[in-house]
Amino acid sequence: MQFDLRLRHALPDLTLDIALQGGPGVTALFGPSGAGKTSIINAVAGLFRPDHGRMTLGDRVLFDDRVWLPPERRRMGYVFQDGRLFPHLTVRENLRFGAPYSADAPPLDEDTLIDLLALAPLLNRRPRTLSGGETQRVALARALLCAPQMLLMDEPLAALDGPRKEDILPYLDRVKSQAGIPILYVTHAVDEIARLADHVALLQNGRITLHGPVFDVLSDPAAMPLLGVREAGAILHAVVADHGADGLTRLSVGGQFMELPGVDAAPGEQLRLRILARDVILSRTRPEGLSARNILYTTIDALQTGRGPGTAVVLQLEGQRLLARVTDRSVADLALAPGQAVYAIVKSTSVARSAMMRLGQD
Amino acid sequence: MMLDPAGWEALLLSLRVAFVATLCALPVALWLAWLLARREFPGKAVLSALVHLPLVLPPVVTGYLLLVAFGRNGPLGQFFEATLGLTFAFRWTGAALAAAIMGLPLMVRAIRLALEAVDPRLEQAAATLGTPRWAVFTRITLPLALPGVLAGAVMGFAKAMGEFGATITFVANIPGETQTLPSAIYALLQIPGQEGPAATLVLWAVAISVGAVLLSEWLARRLARRIGGRDAV
Repeated sequence: MQFDLRLRHALPDLTLDIALQGGPGVTALFGPSGAGKTSIINAVAGLFRPDHGRMTLGDRVLFDDRVWLPPERRRMGYVFQDGRLFPHLTVRENLRFGAPYSADAPPLDEDTLIDLLALAPLLNRRPRTLSGGETQRVALARALLCAPQMLLMDEPLAALDGPRKEDILPYLDRVKSQAGIPILYVTHAVDEIARLADHVALLQNGRITLHGPVFDVLSDPAAMPLLGVREAGAILHAVVADHGADGLTRLSVGGQFMELPGVDAAPGEQLRLRILARDVILSRTRPEGLSARNILYTTIDALQTGRGPGTAVVLQLEGQRLLARVTDRSVADLALAPGQAVYAIVKSTSVARSAMMRLGQD
Repeated sequence: MMLDPAGWEALLLSLRVAFVATLCALPVALWLAWLLARREFPGKAVLSALVHLPLVLPPVVTGYLLLVAFGRNGPLGQFFEATLGLTFAFRWTGAALAAAIMGLPLMVRAIRLALEAVDPRLEQAAATLGTPRWAVFTRITLPLALPGVLAGAVMGFAKAMGEFGATITFVANIPGETQTLPSAIYALLQIPGQEGPAATLVLWAVAISVGAVLLSEWLARRLARRIGGRDAV
């Protein structure tokens, strides 16, 4: 099922004018706070009516300048930032709330979801006694049990602190690969995008300035200013090769090997590795006598000087792209230029655990 | 503290009038409160003023207006007589109507506040789950506002028990038909030497009112605890 959204709306201090298409899998809508992300997702849900626009999902028109389906007839699952569980009902009653109004069987049935999201111990509890992560897991299951044709998630992890966020991400991974419906995921956290998104749309000044597969967008130097220089970094596909006795795991990245600690995945499994641009060091010659163990042989694809003293270097690596950020002086000293071969050095500990994820049906 | 048969009659009649008045006014009050709390429409201020009118008008004036409208020759009185065979003038039903009208503003106020306190974002969440609007009201809004609705009903009941001015103007003071507790107390006080029976009735009136308030407090606490999130066992 494909969705096609166009929308124009004048907010108090900016005008939204966006077009966004997508299909099954996670489309992440990324933008800073106040960029109008929530207005967009609420328009899709039917909770907010924009000045102009049109949205189709499959062959259904959800709204255009004449049609306006109310939220209860849109079949959009919505996971709100604050969960919005019904406080007077138990978790089980929350989960079953929408069942009477849905004619179709949900893509994942109740037992499957209870199992997938580990909800069994929560079923008789009341929302107010749940932690933030538990709340969001219940909210996710509740939305999916209404057999939605599309899932909307508005910064579902924003209210959680780091470790809690880490707890819930694996659940999102699983749902993402099993639900099989389009998911519109609004966030301003790059790590969530790196982990979950298949496509990314960057929202800036009310417009979508960059839209494409997550691997392309995150390795695009043009996205760097918006994602934040410290957060910028490409994603690599890696395959688990073998586990060493010393706890290091060898991963194959396009035929070259990286060694990382604490990889909890079986040989043959595919992972995403997010490698921050600021953690990559470049060398013209193969470095000797270096403690860093991950040295990848790459070719420079492009150089882009931005504001400040930094240059973004796009590296090619067997069809994949890696992003490095070095100072302008280094570019001059090393005489870096497109087409040139360089060694990219990545400290193994700098590849955060959270940056790794299993690839479902990529 | 023992009541004589006439006192009993007045007490039972008052209870019946108050219960019927509260039960009949409650759905109307709910609907009006929901309109005022959740809807925007032209004439909202006028509706709000109309609902509150019995609160500010002298009860005698309300009673007179009821007499004009619902009396045997009044347009509404004739309408109800013709369609439902329901007569209000000088009947206990008229006392119930007067009590309902007088209690309505109090009920609407309490219920409106309770409805406004329900987080509309929960209603939105219910709508995204495919819930039709009426079911959002019955399954989300109403249960969450229930303590306030209950408080409103108790206010309405207490007002109905105590209503005097509009009642006596509209349906007079007929023992066994329209002589409610306040009317009976008033009648006894007109007769020299009846201070004793009057005092007994007064004590009963106080006891019932205090009991109603205590009961509502207890129920509201229980409901609030349920909403407030103790786990189901």
